Amino acid sequence: MNDVKMIEVLAAGLLTTVQDLGRFGYAALGVGRSGAADLASHRLANRLVGNAEGAATLEATFGGLRLRAHADLLVAITGAPAPVYVGSAQQGGNAPFRLPAGAELRLGSPATGLRSYVAVRGGIGCDPVLGSRSRDVLAGLGPPPLRAGEFLSVAADTAADPVVDVAPVETPSVEPVLRIAPGPRQDWFTAPAWSTLLSSAYTTSPDSNRIGVRLSGPALERRTPGELPSEPIVPGAVQVPASGQPLVFLADHPVTGGYPVIGVVRRADLGMAAQLRPGQLVRFTAR
Amino acid sequence: MRVWEYGEDALLVELADVAAVVALRAGLERDPVAGIEEMVPAARTVLLRLAPDADATHVMALVQRRSLSAAEPEPGAVVEIPVTYDGDDLDEVAGLTGLSVDDIVAAHTGADLTVAFCGFAPGFGYLVGLPESLHVPRRREPRTKVPAGAVGLAAEFTGVYPRESPGGWQLIGRTAAVLWDADQDPPALLRPGITVRFRPA
Repeated sequence: MNDVKMIEVLAAGLLTTVQDLGRFGYAALGVGRSGAADLASHRLANRLVGNAEGAATLEATFGGLRLRAHADLLVAITGAPAPVYVGSAQQGGNAPFRLPAGAELRLGSPATGLRSYVAVRGGIGCDPVLGSRSRDVLAGLGPPPLRAGEFLSVAADTAADPVVDVAPVETPSVEPVLRIAPGPRQDWFTAPAWSTLLSSAYTTSPDSNRIGVRLSGPALERRTPGELPSEPIVPGAVQVPASGQPLVFLADHPVTGGYPVIGVVRRADLGMAAQLRPGQLVRFTAR
Repeated sequence: MRVWEYGEDALLVELADVAAVVALRAGLERDPVAGIEEMVPAARTVLLRLAPDADATHVMALVQRRSLSAAEPEPGAVVEIPVTYDGDDLDEVAGLTGLSVDDIVAAHTGADLTVAFCGFAPGFGYLVGLPESLHVPRRREPRTKVPAGAVGLAAEFTGVYPRESPGGWQLIGRTAAVLWDADQDPPALLRPGITVRFRPA
């Protein structure tokens, strides 16, 4: 790893964390996988700058990130389409571009979506914790969220030379529909609860985070009262606490949870769930 | 035993009690079923994460044939944890159990305990094997702050808080043992299946 500090953080926005594919194999010790909340966007950003699969990117929440390059860098930004400025010039997303030494990179607020990914050729360099550079906000593992004034180094996690000029990408959907399969505790709910979940629009709550997307809308009623002994959680699990308001677990989900899981969002749709903005409506469909 | 598919690449196995969880997990560790990449035990359930090419139906059938009789303890894997028994809830536990503080210490240090599963926080192991005389409900009002190293009781479990956190277990003591260090490999002192003995510090 190269320890030269090449990137200065001028502003971190709401929350910017370092993320990679996550940590594997520690769930039995109480440590979840973590990793980029929108894995497809993270992978694309790495591909655009020719990084190895395991390279780390920056996950910026609702733009607001400002960086200064202290070396010539190759950069690509994917995910929520935040306007990108190099100095005063606007730069397109989903395409690699040069960020010369001394230049300032700025992400505005995305018009749709929530999380943008900034890949730098070589990957973000910091010491991995249990094999990953991902920040797990629930477990408090991995590099702390970015702070203004800190410097980041660039690693050497490159693969081939970058060859893609621009990647065609669908912008995050304004009216997303998440495909869902029944979960292990579907039978803890009344029969109408499942059809309510599939026929209603739910509003994304502002207290959503990397752990999960909290939703508000028609309550999902339980048939089986009582407590569920804690059981393992998977990404995309839709847990229903006593309030009846569903919660879709994302990358930093707890390893186990004590509320019944009514359904599981398809893995391919988790990036869409991670891009839900507070106040945005979302629907579910049986896959 | 009931088994469901859980998402696209996992099975969830539901068992009668935590003893069966311990037995199934230990059996699958000793004699693995091909296609299971990771096991995550919990209180009544075990998550089996499958390899991408695994045949879920086949794995399910093999798992359902497994014996759930008591597991042999893992040879050699005994962790001793020294405890100073001066927890804030000792009197409460004495009241709930009808035991003296000396009896509580004797019962807690006299048992061979097994890590059934981990959760709540990295490195927090749920230990089973306590005598029933030490089964107490969790506190009605959880504490907002429990110090690292606090030793607690809740229902059939005992455990040690690996770091400062909120918590609702009845605290009977504290240990200086390091339960979690992310810079170490393995990072956790406790993992499912190992045997633990507490002793007076």
